[in-house]
Amino acid sequence: MGRTLDQVRYKCALGAMQTVQSIERVLPILHAGPGCSDKLSTGNGNSGHFAPRIFPCTNLSEKEIVFGGEERLRETIENALRVIDADLYVVITGCSSEIIGDDSAEVVNSFRLQGKPVIHASTAGFKGNNYLGYEWILQALFEQFLDDGREYETEKGLVNVFASLPLHDPFWYGNLDALENLLADIGLEANIIFGYGKGLKNIERIPRAEFSLVVNPWLGLESAQLLEQKFGVPCLHYPNLPVGAFETSKFLMEVSEFAKLDVEKTKKLIADKESKYYYYIERFADIFLENRIMSKRFTVVSDAQYALALTRFLVNDMGLFPQKQYAMEDVPARHQSTIREYFKDMNYGIEAEISFETDGHTVHDEIEKADYMGYPLLIGSAWEKKVAVETAAHFLSISWPLNERLVINSSYVGYEGALKFLEDIYSVVLTRYT
Amino acid sequence: MTIDLNSTTFGKREERLGSVVGYVGTIKDLASQSRCGSLKDRGRCFSQSSSCDAGCVLGYISHIRDIAIINHAPSGCTAGASSVITNQTQLASKRGLSYNTVILGTDMNESDTIFGAAGTLRDTILETYNRYKPAAIFVTTSCVSGIIGEDVDSVIAETGEELPIPVVPIHCEGFKSKVWATGFDAADHAILSRIVAPPRKKGNFINFKNFNESARDDIVEMFRAIGVDVFMIYSNTTLEELSHISEALATISICGTLASYLGNGLEQQHGVPYIKTINPLGVAGFETWFRDIGRVIGKEAEAEAYIERERALYLPKLEEVKAKLKGLRVVLGMGSSFAFQVARVIQELGMEVAYIASWHYDSRYDDGSPPPHVQYLAEHSPRDFNISVADQQNFEILNILNQYKPDLYLARHPGTTVWAVKQGVPSIFMADEYMSFGYKRTLSFAYTILDRITNRSFEKNLSSRIKLPYTDWWYRQESASLYQEAK
Repeated sequence: MGRTLDQVRYKCALGAMQTVQSIERVLPILHAGPGCSDKLSTGNGNSGHFAPRIFPCTNLSEKEIVFGGEERLRETIENALRVIDADLYVVITGCSSEIIGDDSAEVVNSFRLQGKPVIHASTAGFKGNNYLGYEWILQALFEQFLDDGREYETEKGLVNVFASLPLHDPFWYGNLDALENLLADIGLEANIIFGYGKGLKNIERIPRAEFSLVVNPWLGLESAQLLEQKFGVPCLHYPNLPVGAFETSKFLMEVSEFAKLDVEKTKKLIADKESKYYYYIERFADIFLENRIMSKRFTVVSDAQYALALTRFLVNDMGLFPQKQYAMEDVPARHQSTIREYFKDMNYGIEAEISFETDGHTVHDEIEKADYMGYPLLIGSAWEKKVAVETAAHFLSISWPLNERLVINSSYVGYEGALKFLEDIYSVVLTRYT
Repeated sequence: MTIDLNSTTFGKREERLGSVVGYVGTIKDLASQSRCGSLKDRGRCFSQSSSCDAGCVLGYISHIRDIAIINHAPSGCTAGASSVITNQTQLASKRGLSYNTVILGTDMNESDTIFGAAGTLRDTILETYNRYKPAAIFVTTSCVSGIIGEDVDSVIAETGEELPIPVVPIHCEGFKSKVWATGFDAADHAILSRIVAPPRKKGNFINFKNFNESARDDIVEMFRAIGVDVFMIYSNTTLEELSHISEALATISICGTLASYLGNGLEQQHGVPYIKTINPLGVAGFETWFRDIGRVIGKEAEAEAYIERERALYLPKLEEVKAKLKGLRVVLGMGSSFAFQVARVIQELGMEVAYIASWHYDSRYDDGSPPPHVQYLAEHSPRDFNISVADQQNFEILNILNQYKPDLYLARHPGTTVWAVKQGVPSIFMADEYMSFGYKRTLSFAYTILDRITNRSFEKNLSSRIKLPYTDWWYRQESASLYQEAK
């Protein structure tokens, strides 16, 4: 049978409007239906400078579906340039305009030829999901905005950083911030294009970076490889988003070695960071160890990024045992076997099973049948609330859709982030007693 | 216009109700054009993202408990499923009810756009039944299923024969209507044509069409006072309950935009009277509405007694706060009904309506009559004032606010309130449809306004630190300067 989308965990490729939205002063223009942006903007943090209700949209109606929408797109771009003040306008196309065969790229080109800052990405919803849409936006930026024959000189110590999916991952901002700080600690400057104070000037620095750092099991990898091909910027793929002392220290060492930094200095830094981290862990170990109800085994139902990151933290830092883990973002088949390996090299030879799914109902069936040797620890999204009640699990929602929790700029990344994660887990655990 | 329940499809609002999404004029002109049926839509050569009828359907039909909704669409069209389910679960738990409605999608992909996805749809319908055993399955359509010409009705007819529950299509292709409120009619059409049964006996209850029944307890008590029960639609209802709405004494509603199709449909098909007065917001609205209910169900004396008691309790308090609000200038941005109903309340409270932006505008309802709230406002306003039909266009609203510089901006629907605040204008987000319902809530609405305009800290702090996205050029233009001429 075809795919059943039961408990939707991703949006369509047009959801890449959120990728554009998270780059300051870069504005998406939608050549799409009137409701597309409305439906894709679920989640919080949507009233920034450019926000879904600000996005120009052709709001395709029956007339354009029948007679074509290219003229409608042309006048929308033309007026967007007059009405809204942006540094760059990114035209993204939805299902309707692509099925009816509008040549949006050509319309956009006519503006580029006049020197207008407009580029184009094909993001029809039926072509893929918003994770792929993110890559297509990055690639459009690299190919149409950067690759114009300019020469770029390398800036020593500058590192392009790509990690979480902007706006879709509730912690995207905090994660990038935490990675930026970790890199600064070892003397590298992160070049990030998403979030406050970044924007076009950082996009322009991308080809100058010494290397690109992709901190994700798969997302962003192919875009970073494109940078290598086009501009000769090498790529360090670090699959695991580092959470906690064990993984963060490993991350800092590996990046230091790749960047040929003074490794002794990094080791000193790590010793200081770990010392402070374990000051807290020591003080709160009574809560972690001397309670009647904390779980022994856990499951993460999220995207591959968190399935891996939180599994490694809970195993390698906290000494818990993994049940089956689930990556729900429709991970492209070509990445799956590599990602499976990442779940196999944990302390004491512990391995976790990772399942790539899109159907939440199947996942919940498995969770209900699994034996967690006590109360399960279930880390997921709003969809897991019900199965958590049914299995008496300790439940923490961390992934989109995240409906009953507000995340502004916090993160579980690094030494500090792990403490925040422990606060959140035990704030749930402490609501019960047995 | 007669509502035809034998077809799976129905006329969109532009055709049935002469609805428009672009107009600029005055309240008196709008009232007169509505009476003459001469209103013409004006398109735009620039627009910002709006909403579609499919989103409206998903949000609305999901109020019903223990059904399944299958969205025959690419994944993004179903992206709102979880937040909708969470909200409806919260509404149910407020009443101690369980909520088990599910929303699934067919996740249409590229090959589906070429070869069709009837097979996937069929499998998904059967699998959904096996997984959840819902009371019915509603299949909603999308732009993609519409453009590729998928024969959804046939798949539904076939699976409907195999399953012991109703399988019901809801046609809501996002491009079909420029008026997203057409989605309310799509949902109502499905319920009226496939769920509502002919009356088995006459009940002692009134249908009340609304959104989230936030004022439920007060409304139940109010109708108990005149000796009838109330059945709130659709929040927390079951299909079995809905099958009986043809047995009601009357249908009433909180919003003319919301209830025209169901109210008039029940009246035409099953003889249930539909109360068509102005809506129960503010004092005049409430009294007109409640008296008409009393008249229609033969409870005039009881209704009058209720009004008498409430007046004694609240009118003196309202007079007190009115003195403090006198003369404030207000701009409103709301739907086709609320915009004009809340404007009436504003005038009642002694404030001045400086401008109304209606998101869309229905120039008549399904019984053929022009919207009474616009006629009322045109007759009772101290002076004519400007209005537009602005389709939630943020750039137009900020331009209007910049031009009129009101003391207060009121909006329903997300997407403009926060922007008015960012531009330094005190604003109230009136998402709760009961915010100025009846005497008690009109009073609390008045105090909400007073609080809002008294403490302007948030807007002062925020607006002084941010830059708005629009160019100076745009602020120098008329708000309707990017409209096309009426055709």
